[in-house]
Amino acid sequence: MKYIDEFRDGELARALAQRIADEADPGRDYRLMEFCGGHTHAIFRYGVQDLMPANLRFVHGPGCPVCVLPMARIDQAIAMALEHEVTLCTYGDLMRVPASERKSLLKAKADGADIRMIYSTQDALAAARSAPERQVVLFAIGFETTTPPTAVAIKAARAEGLENFSVFCNHVLTPAALGTILASAGGGQDPGQGADRGAGAQGEAGVQLDGILGPSHVSTVIGSRPYEFVPSTFGKPVVIAGFEPLDVMQSALMLIRQINEGRREVENQYRRAVTRDGNRKAQALMAEVFAPRETFEWRGLGFLPNSALRIADAYADLDAEQRFPVTPRTSREIKGCECPSVLRGVMEPTDCKLFGTVCTPENPMGACMVSSEGACAAYWSYGRFRAPVAGPAVGASQETASAARASQDSAVGV
Amino acid sequence: MAAGSDQPTGERRLSASAPASGSASAPDQSSGQASDQSFGDRSVEHGSDAGDRQTAQKAGQAAGSKGAARRFAGRLDLKRGAVDMSHGSGGRAMAQLIDELFYRYLGNPLLEQGNDQALFQPPPGRLVTSTDGHVISPLFFPGGDIGSLAVHGTVNDVVMSGARPLYLTASFILEEGLPLADLDRIVASMGAAARAAGVQVVAGDTKVVERGKGDGCFIATTGIGVLPDGIEIAGERARPGDAILVSGSIGDHGVAILSKRENLGFETEIASDSQALNDLVAAMIDAVPGIHCLRDPTRGGLATTLNELALQSQVGMLIREPAIPVRAEVNGACELLGLDPLYVANEGKLIAICPGDQAENLLAAMRAHPKGQDAAIIGEVVEDPHHFVQMETTFGGSRIVDWLAGEQLPRIC
Repeated sequence: MKYIDEFRDGELARALAQRIADEADPGRDYRLMEFCGGHTHAIFRYGVQDLMPANLRFVHGPGCPVCVLPMARIDQAIAMALEHEVTLCTYGDLMRVPASERKSLLKAKADGADIRMIYSTQDALAAARSAPERQVVLFAIGFETTTPPTAVAIKAARAEGLENFSVFCNHVLTPAALGTILASAGGGQDPGQGADRGAGAQGEAGVQLDGILGPSHVSTVIGSRPYEFVPSTFGKPVVIAGFEPLDVMQSALMLIRQINEGRREVENQYRRAVTRDGNRKAQALMAEVFAPRETFEWRGLGFLPNSALRIADAYADLDAEQRFPVTPRTSREIKGCECPSVLRGVMEPTDCKLFGTVCTPENPMGACMVSSEGACAAYWSYGRFRAPVAGPAVGASQETASAARASQDSAVGV
Repeated sequence: MAAGSDQPTGERRLSASAPASGSASAPDQSSGQASDQSFGDRSVEHGSDAGDRQTAQKAGQAAGSKGAARRFAGRLDLKRGAVDMSHGSGGRAMAQLIDELFYRYLGNPLLEQGNDQALFQPPPGRLVTSTDGHVISPLFFPGGDIGSLAVHGTVNDVVMSGARPLYLTASFILEEGLPLADLDRIVASMGAAARAAGVQVVAGDTKVVERGKGDGCFIATTGIGVLPDGIEIAGERARPGDAILVSGSIGDHGVAILSKRENLGFETEIASDSQALNDLVAAMIDAVPGIHCLRDPTRGGLATTLNELALQSQVGMLIREPAIPVRAEVNGACELLGLDPLYVANEGKLIAICPGDQAENLLAAMRAHPKGQDAAIIGEVVEDPHHFVQMETTFGGSRIVDWLAGEQLPRIC
């Protein structure tokens, strides 16, 4: 396929792999965090790790929109659908994410809630137009990539006077999450000037990082400028990386060069889509329709200041949280689920006791096992067992393999 | 049947017994008769005595009405009419629907004998049967509709044993309000598909459920076929060293359906691959009688079907991504939606596994047939205690190709 196959070319990949092997210093480790789930997915789906030298490790970041959504917000959405009998529209990824009491949107739907899977915010608007007697709520989630379309929907509803449409806003901001991870991260082998800042610096909670593969789709909206605090404050190099496997490899090479040369910059590998300033029109739209929240909870990262958006006062009448208040309840994560640590890059999925035993994509205990961008799902689907020829094993301990086997048998036995 | 047990339905079976001799002992002949005679335009005035007799039996009347031509006040309004509850009530409305619509397209001597069951003598060989419920939205899609799908789905399941399909039964669950014009299109398409596959619908049933309790039309079909001695094709027969083949491009059906779902506004040129594979399979068995496994990768796609076979045969599989035929349009749609074509449904493709040294023969036979012209050898069966399906990616890496978990969900970003 044109414009796709070029970025998945096996020969180019082998040439790039050779260059990476040549330039990587065998005397040190390279721990590169890919922020986005899209990167994680590409790394596993195409076997990119197989092509990397043993001393280069990808650390999986929190950039999976459904993974970081706290359980309380899903509980709240389910309550809205059940208590206020609204039609709740949301993206497919979210349907199976576990909520409290073993619920999920999918199970709530089976219990009678009117929950619909949509492909775009326009579908939610269409649902509202076609059923004026029903209240339609768009359960909006995601990073800056999915925020402008939500803003468009809100403006359209206002312009049309669509009184039965509102938005349950859960949009979050990438730079805040990145800052939190870096603040708690260790400095790697040659820490930059700011590497010991932050709450969990060098502590148990921190993850050792040498560089960041920056978001691709998010950056088409916000540009590369918002990441400039990463080198200046935390002394870490950033390369904005596309989502195709060759993009990831080229970005890894660019990071290796920065690290080797002692540079700390924001570089842009994904120049075919990302500029320094991003999409100003989309930014203006977001600024008009949304306002920053003082604080917002992220699964795995806790409450982070200025890390999310709410609907601006001028559009408050379209805010589902105000229109359909629900009784707050205590949401409890499933015991033993290590999604929080996995999301911070502190743990690998295979370090979690639930991985592959009780937690599988068929029966996810945590959000990271649901989305194809979640690190646990990627490990499970693509990497839980590797043939000996495939190079460095990715978390394929004997126990994991046998647990995988046991679980697969039970999944088949129905 | 169970489907109608807890809601208001009417019931009437369309079934028949064949005479004890003649067509009963020679299904070939009855098949031939069916295609010659049974799908013509049957008007109310002639040929309705079978339905009449059945109505009489249902109503507990004397058999004296047998042979009397049935008259209805007017013909079914196929332009503006819609299914209502009376079409399932067992009364005249239902009789008229059966006469003017179902018999018209599906009629054949076995169906029209007018008993509550079809009676026939099986030909020599082993009998093969399979059943499949068809629920699809939208009812009409590029390349097919629920009617043709209900024939292809079940015929293909029978055929994957190597059997020759002979008979189908069909159970219709109609939703009140379904336009008769739609039903007419569906049954016409079903008749044409059955004729093309060389099978006869020999028993049927119609029920109507209230508006909102169905999705327009559900069709459950059961197929019966006959398997000659000496052919042993089954899911547990894959052996290390065997070759894995597919009969053509994968994912066409699923993407055709997705493209027509009302909330997905893109148009593609992709038509469903829905088709009966009996003739392709016959040609394959002629060329390579020792085929080990055949299976049609429907729901869950190629990936899930390979995993099923690997587990059933207690082997592993190694496939090569560049060898798997996928249309560029299917790839494009999947990229856009965050889906993987390996998991997208097919309705007219098959996976074949045969001894490695016969793979080229089988491939040549498949490619010589119009339904297998894009066939390819995509990998081989290996020993693997974990029974994993692994894939060498186009990119040069390798990965596991797992079972489909839940439904394939579009990604967010």
